[in-house]
Amino acid sequence: MSDNPVFDRIQSEIDGNDVVLFMKGSPMFPQCGFSAAVTHALTTMEVKFKGVDVLEDGEIRNGIKEFTNWPTIPQLYVKGEFVGGCDIVREMYEAGELQELFKEKGVVAA
Amino acid sequence: MAMDASEIETLIKESLPDAQVTIEDLRGDGDHYAAYVTSAEFVGKSRVQQHQLVYSALKGRMGNELHALALQTSAPESS
Repeated sequence: MSDNPVFDRIQSEIDGNDVVLFMKGSPMFPQCGFSAAVTHALTTMEVKFKGVDVLEDGEIRNGIKEFTNWPTIPQLYVKGEFVGGCDIVREMYEAGELQELFKEKGVVAA
Repeated sequence: MAMDASEIETLIKESLPDAQVTIEDLRGDGDHYAAYVTSAEFVGKSRVQQHQLVYSALKGRMGNELHALALQTSAPESS
């Protein structure tokens, strides 16, 4: 437990789901191009993920930036580890590294 | 609010003096930039750590005045 109740809520999302995307909008209806790009990459790889819509929750929207020490949204977590924002995810996806990561972590079949 | 490309470059170089910085104004609107940053500081660091160094150089502007900065970082090619 941390001193910050928002951090505890963020941590429990990350602990409770193998793949979590903190995003603007929902996986079905992303509300921002960057969130849509990451959603598209995950969907294309057939990775199941939990989308946390920060537009629905102002505390998480601000808290996640401090929690990760990362100024922007979306933010992708895999098995408790911060993988990156839109640029890093796109770069990894295009290089095939994201697929490797999901296999390594046992999120998708190798 | 928009930021000048030169201001972005200056801030990055204040924190990472050896950095090679290339900035593109993607839409010509002073609001959507792409930055390519190469610095010896990045050697041995993950992409996340490299980006965090650049974001911290921008001192809180990323996500605020600076709405969109597509970032690509790399360590210099070893010579």
